[in-house]
Amino acid sequence: VRRRTVSRTFYDAVALLVFAVMLFPIYWMISTALKPGKEILSLTPVWFPSHVTFENFRTAMNVPFFWNDVANSLIVVLSVVAISIALAFLAAVSVARFGFRGRTAFIVMIIAVQMVPLNALVIPVYLLLNQVGQVDSLLGVIAYYLAIVLPFMVWTLRGFIANVPVDLEEAAMVDGATRVGAFLRIVFPLVAPGLVATAIYGFIQAWNEYIIAYVLLSSNSKQTLTIWLASFTTQHGTDWGGLMAGATLTALPVVVFFLIVQRHVAGGLTAGAVKG
Amino acid sequence: MGVAGDARARVTGGTRIEAGPSRHVISRNLLPYALIAPAVLVIAGVLGYPLAMLLWLSTQHYGLRELFQHEGQFVGLANFATILGDSEFRHVVLISVVFTVVNVGLSMLIATGIALLLERVSRPVRILLSSGLVLVWATPVVPAINLWQWMFDYEFGVVNWVLTHVGAGNYIHHNWFENPLQGFTVITVIVVWGAIPFLALMLYAGLTQVPRELVEAAEIDGARPWQVFAMVTVPILRPLLLILFSLSTIWDFQVFNQVWILLNQRPSKDYFLISVYSFQESFRVSKFGLGAAAAVVMAAILLLVTFVYVRQTVRLTTEEAV
Repeated sequence: VRRRTVSRTFYDAVALLVFAVMLFPIYWMISTALKPGKEILSLTPVWFPSHVTFENFRTAMNVPFFWNDVANSLIVVLSVVAISIALAFLAAVSVARFGFRGRTAFIVMIIAVQMVPLNALVIPVYLLLNQVGQVDSLLGVIAYYLAIVLPFMVWTLRGFIANVPVDLEEAAMVDGATRVGAFLRIVFPLVAPGLVATAIYGFIQAWNEYIIAYVLLSSNSKQTLTIWLASFTTQHGTDWGGLMAGATLTALPVVVFFLIVQRHVAGGLTAGAVKG
Repeated sequence: MGVAGDARARVTGGTRIEAGPSRHVISRNLLPYALIAPAVLVIAGVLGYPLAMLLWLSTQHYGLRELFQHEGQFVGLANFATILGDSEFRHVVLISVVFTVVNVGLSMLIATGIALLLERVSRPVRILLSSGLVLVWATPVVPAINLWQWMFDYEFGVVNWVLTHVGAGNYIHHNWFENPLQGFTVITVIVVWGAIPFLALMLYAGLTQVPRELVEAAEIDGARPWQVFAMVTVPILRPLLLILFSLSTIWDFQVFNQVWILLNQRPSKDYFLISVYSFQESFRVSKFGLGAAAAVVMAAILLLVTFVYVRQTVRLTTEEAV
């Protein structure tokens, strides 16, 4: 027994070390963002900001086009989420509740399409949008993001709907509800948390995307936040305090939303390989 | 090993958590098709069509002039002949493969270590470490790259200071990107750091599913800890491991953002991974045909891995065997 407690203490110590190493970069980003300039550019690292300041955040928000790009990010992300959640829900209902010819083919497509290397598709997408004059327009980006998030959303929502027993619907129908009525009153409320989780997943994906936005959106006023972060680096060097503040601001909404849906996202990618 | 075989059968049986549409009458009407139609249209239009165009483009001479005329010249497989005959491109493919193997290997190794650790620590430490992992996992890629860029900064980077002060050598004013091997080390650190949380948490979830009796039985039979791991745990987790390996491979083989952002959007030729090469050919040199051909080569190499992933996922989640 004593050996057990000793080895447990040892493992605990190793785990705490792992924790420190993994989390340090995030701590360093936030603490840099909160430090005054001379504590950032110090040859000996200042481990704890002695004078917490929000100056870097103020600088970041005053960088040209910040608010513009926040608006762009929001427009893109909200359009993508609104459209994709509706389409994904319909498709997921179909896959989870009906047997039909081609169902398996559709499932295979949904899974396979998520693995298409997106970096490879940038080239034709750019040329296509160039032909119809939609380069440097948010519309092209929205369309493309839709296709990126849709397969995963269908797949996760299918899981949520399949988990609602059909008996519940049938019972409602025995009691006189129509099929649509039973679905809307019984299944929909039960699936609502799943819808929220899936929508947030779409939000995160679209918010984080880099390469498509980088290629398609060339003018400053049309960029999204991930692209805007490059504006802290100029020929004169990088404003690290501002960049870390900007990075924190860009990461914040994602982190908050991610913490809400984390469990469901993991389930979708390795569906079935791990129980629960 | 009989025990492991049994266990595998048990777990595979147990993972079929969702039955297919066994209880519904196969509906002959058009409703299910109408429901999937919008999603299919979007996916086909926005992913399928560009994918087809990518293939078509890889057979075209498509440069700046063609870009303005909106029309390429058909050259057959000449683009493939050009890049495959180019020693520089072959080098890029080699680097990408080595990079992927190293990154997937390191990520899986460290993640497995952390998963095993999570199984052995006390409850409060487990909660602390797993919440920490979730936080890292939640950090978006682009800000993460920026923060590592800052940590590895040659002048004020905290990494150089720490390395110097733990006696690893003189890293004061050390530029990590002068030597590509060191540069790729930094890129690997970023990729592995970002990949660990997802893999470790998944593996830990898998470990908790390994039946306790089996491990104990093997221990009573005199198996050493690593034997238990290799002959009981790993076989049971095989489906999960297969999926995690293929996902990691797919992700790491396409690494682009890390290189691009870390090197301030102007990576030198030493840093060309296949996706960077394809991007550079297309958007910097305006040889879209060649860039597309490189992208097709990348997708083709990934196809096999993708196939394994898709088959495994479909097998585990639908009743109809595919």
